[in-house]
Amino acid sequence: MPNIRTIRRRVRSVENTAKITRAMEMIAASKMRRAQQQVLAGRPYAEKMRQVLSNLTAQTQGLDESHPLQERREVNTIQLLHITPDRGLAGGLNNNLNRRSTQFILEERVKVNVITIGKKGRDFMVRHGQDVRAVFTDLADHVTVGDILPISRLVVDDYTSGAVDRVYVMFALFVSTMNQQPTLRQLIPVEAAKDEASAGVDYIYEPDSLAVLATLLPRFVDMQIYQAMLEANASEQSARMVAMRAATDNASEMVEDLTLELNKARQAMITGELLDIVGGVAALEG
Amino acid sequence: MATLRVEIVTAERTVLETEADMVIAPGAEGQLGILPRHAPLITALAPGAIRLKHGAAEEETIVVSGGFLEVRNNRVIILADAAERDDEIDIARAEEAVTLARERIQSRASAVDLERAVQSLHRAQVRVKVARRRRTAGAPPVSRGG
Repeated sequence: MPNIRTIRRRVRSVENTAKITRAMEMIAASKMRRAQQQVLAGRPYAEKMRQVLSNLTAQTQGLDESHPLQERREVNTIQLLHITPDRGLAGGLNNNLNRRSTQFILEERVKVNVITIGKKGRDFMVRHGQDVRAVFTDLADHVTVGDILPISRLVVDDYTSGAVDRVYVMFALFVSTMNQQPTLRQLIPVEAAKDEASAGVDYIYEPDSLAVLATLLPRFVDMQIYQAMLEANASEQSARMVAMRAATDNASEMVEDLTLELNKARQAMITGELLDIVGGVAALEG
Repeated sequence: MATLRVEIVTAERTVLETEADMVIAPGAEGQLGILPRHAPLITALAPGAIRLKHGAAEEETIVVSGGFLEVRNNRVIILADAAERDDEIDIARAEEAVTLARERIQSRASAVDLERAVQSLHRAQVRVKVARRRRTAGAPPVSRGG
């Protein structure tokens, strides 16, 4: 028969855990709201930038010169920007990201070097002996464009120096609170999607289209990394919120089960004692 | 008469959405004024002040530190690296930035640093100028649409 005192101790311990997970859930929920707002606030800029880029690319396609960041080369080395949270307790999020990146690295026939953003990705890549080019941590909660600049400078320099021939970014796309998708995007060479809305508009470019393109492309890379960070951050917070809510629910369920067990044990003990007393009285009377 | 719809956005937020009768912006090739029914245009921006005119008298100023400007169908869209409305500028901080940038230029570390220092000096000077002008004019906050 389980000892009443041990059960009581376990109930208390589970209750304490539930308090912690509930607090974490609420923190994650408030951070998630902020992160989602940031994603939304950044979208108009990203949208517009994509449009301008697609216009410019169409415009400059016929020209002999192309900008280094749009130049396609034979691929010998790939760089992967691997964006993960700094902390765990976010359900399967970290695992999924790491698994997807591993899969990507294994499938590519060429050398891949990794830049990790976030401690979880760093630990994973280092543990598995990947070629880690650089590590960035402690950015997630309050990213500004300024925080991104060192990263994008590194990436752009590696590309223009010829050290790598293609750059991808892996991050968790925020689909909804319940759903975050590990997503792989090509960063450099920059490829412009067709834009129907402004196709055929004959723009005047000042100074000229190539010069505008040259100022736009580095910013486009900054912006894409920044957006990926925002998405990753929103994903992390919502994944953590959901995971912590599940943990809290499980804890309450456990407390219920344990309380039931506790009561059974207590009743069994009382019954046992009663029997003893009754038995004792009967023996005296007999 | 037609007016211009002006949007100023940065990667972090939409700074301003309003109507204006004229936009004066620091283009990469020099100042340019945009009136309604301007031809489609895309230009790089130099760091400087963007002035939006509402009628003859009213004017508001936004400081940008480089970016792009697109004009199309009476819409002016400014993609700024960073942008501040004149009433958001902290003069003390801007003046500090000017001093700091001056010091850095004098200490003259490397070519790259020098170039960056010159740029940040320029940005800081524009901010100080705009903020001062606003203070001396004692202009009430301009009504903003959107």
